[in-house]
Amino acid sequence: MKSSWWKILAVILLIYTIMGGFLISVPRLTIVNETIRALYFHVPMWFGMVMMFLVSTVYAIQYLRKPTTDLDIASAEFANVGLVFGLLGIFTGMIWANYTWGSPWHGDPKQNGAAIALLVYLAYFVLRASLENQEQRARLSSVYNIFAFATMIPLIFIIPRMTSSMHPGSGGNPGFNMYDLDNNMRLVFYPAVAGWILLGVWIATVRVRLRKAEEKILDLEYEKNK
Amino acid sequence: MKDLILQQLRSDLRKRASLLSLGLYLTGLVCINYFSLIQQGTGPIAFVWSSLFWMTLLFTFINTSGKSFLSDRPGIHIFFYSIASPAQIILARILHNFILSLLLALTGCVLFSVLLTSPIKDTVLFVSTIALAAFGFSATLTLLSAIASKTNNGNVIMAILSFPVTIGILLLSIKVTKNCIDGLDRSASFDELLILGAINVLVTAVSYLLFPYIWRS
Repeated sequence: MKSSWWKILAVILLIYTIMGGFLISVPRLTIVNETIRALYFHVPMWFGMVMMFLVSTVYAIQYLRKPTTDLDIASAEFANVGLVFGLLGIFTGMIWANYTWGSPWHGDPKQNGAAIALLVYLAYFVLRASLENQEQRARLSSVYNIFAFATMIPLIFIIPRMTSSMHPGSGGNPGFNMYDLDNNMRLVFYPAVAGWILLGVWIATVRVRLRKAEEKILDLEYEKNK
Repeated sequence: MKDLILQQLRSDLRKRASLLSLGLYLTGLVCINYFSLIQQGTGPIAFVWSSLFWMTLLFTFINTSGKSFLSDRPGIHIFFYSIASPAQIILARILHNFILSLLLALTGCVLFSVLLTSPIKDTVLFVSTIALAAFGFSATLTLLSAIASKTNNGNVIMAILSFPVTIGILLLSIKVTKNCIDGLDRSASFDELLILGAINVLVTAVSYLLFPYIWRS
């Protein structure tokens, strides 16, 4: 119970996000109108995705320094959860764009960057699947993970900011600034980001434990049959 | 390290077939572009020209640098392992691939300009973009081909791994090319060139750090 306080915190924050997100009043802007509430669900997905990929990369670096199976499993599972966050981010973005920009896909630089980031990590899982030797799979996929993360940074953080985009924060539009985000909205937005990230970490740790248990079962069966 | 590069260049010259096949591959691609455009009866519009040009270069680069570890004979890695450090090998390979890619890219540029009238207004800027992109591609693809060479179906894995990773370099190059076509002042493209250079440095540094881990097996 003592070590699971952050899980309780995640649940509380997310309940607050959902209730506050739908109930607390938001500023009324033309076109955007009430859809601005999607901010609490769409934007935290990207924060979560980048965070999960970052953790995955850190585990990959640790694996290369000191190879153990646990680190490899953790790295793969955090990438997995990051991928799910990315997919959810794309879908929520498409729904939002459908109502505000008129159609789900606009070829906006950020949309394209996000799609490419997902392709990178799909390639990571294809690479993992095509290597049979466990030690080699862990080592090569760690190398690719670090390499891919390093090349992804300019792709999703620098290039979209240089070209004009309909997202805030690029092409001269202000980003999340003091005057941009309404105070009421910030009251929900920051807890939402924290809540979603905590949920992501929670899912990842559960999956890591599941994978470790599976490995253990396999080992035991192997011992028994020997 | 200089010996390693020289050795590879010499072996390229000796195995003239592989070098010629790359040249022919490039020529074939340009001809396909040429014929398919001529069929429509008009010359290409500027932006069609630039995207076709970069597609051609992309495939040529993947064939040049991507092959660098994939096409090695089985025993040769052990030989290299015994005579040089991994850092030397990766840097030598990157530089070697850069020289090859640059040669092929410039040839492609000339062929494209001869067959399909070139819309480029600022040649110096365009050529320097090609050089930067060639380096970026060879640094990226050399490491990826080292990874792909360890898998069972290397060629497919190579394609899957390389497309999403190289797309940043490609997008920046196409953007500068557009500036070259529009005849904008050079200062307009300075940011893009700076980022291209930064990506090159980053990719080379990461390859240099990570290659020993691939090489060890």
